[in-house]
Amino acid sequence: MPAPESNQAMTEILSPLVAAARQGDRRAFEELFRLTSADTYTLAYRLMGNEDDARDVAQEAYLRAYRGIAKFRGDARFTTWMYRITANCAASHLERRRRHRHEELADDAPLPDRCAERDPQARADAGAVRDELTVALAELAPRLRAVIVLRDIYDLPHEAIATELGITETAAKVRLHRARARLRERLYPLPGEEVAAHAV
Amino acid sequence: MRCEDLAEMVSATPEGVVIDDVRGRRHVETCLRCQAELARYRKLVRTLRSLRSEVFDPGPGFVADVLAALDDAGDRHLLRSLLSGHRVAYVGGLAVATAGAAGALVIARSRGRRVALAG
Repeated sequence: MPAPESNQAMTEILSPLVAAARQGDRRAFEELFRLTSADTYTLAYRLMGNEDDARDVAQEAYLRAYRGIAKFRGDARFTTWMYRITANCAASHLERRRRHRHEELADDAPLPDRCAERDPQARADAGAVRDELTVALAELAPRLRAVIVLRDIYDLPHEAIATELGITETAAKVRLHRARARLRERLYPLPGEEVAAHAV
Repeated sequence: MRCEDLAEMVSATPEGVVIDDVRGRRHVETCLRCQAELARYRKLVRTLRSLRSEVFDPGPGFVADVLAALDDAGDRHLLRSLLSGHRVAYVGGLAVATAGAAGALVIARSRGRRVALAG
């Protein structure tokens, strides 16, 4: 998977396209979409935990962005603006799904324990740890996952996260602490916690 | 502070993971368990940040699907603009016609008065 270009270089490429798109240039918006689609999809995937929902959320995010680009003031980077829209779309999507199916994991539902199968050699490998973290993130309750993804991976401020998820800033912080604690226990357990995890 | 409260005091900044609270920092300095836990939080946040450089491929068809959706949205927008443009033209035409009729009436009346004075 290709890594995204550096923020500064990306901003320089996107800025003239954003200016043109704000003036109604449809081709410029399409180019913005092409350049940022994989990044936006990746965030949608991390928030939703599966490909189908991620595609729906990313598509909805670009439609909203297209309708709202004229009002985009350019205070933030275009990519940050897209992250916020994507987070908002994902929250709406999850809320609709929760109302229909009532299947959201509780915040304290136990994550599957994979400590026993861990290969110490593989664990030492950074790639393996990242893969394990990706799986653990996907298994977190969506309300916890959204906050930790937006804060610790995409570096959005608490205020923006709270706004886009429709929660208070305090609730966002509480969810972040819970999410970190659960991932920390799962990936980097303290000696006593490991024993407790096996006993469950 | 209690060791169980450490998670709530951990903050991730661009410089790394820190403890917000002064009492918390003092506690960690003397508590081996919390030092070990803090080290694990640092690893966790580092690994989370490393995920930022990963980009997933949305798969075939995604770009075409979104462009088609944008086309639809663009067409609807164009249709709305045209309809609202027609509405503006219609109202404008009515206004012009009304103003013209009023002007003609005023001119006709003033001519009538002049004819009456001359007679």
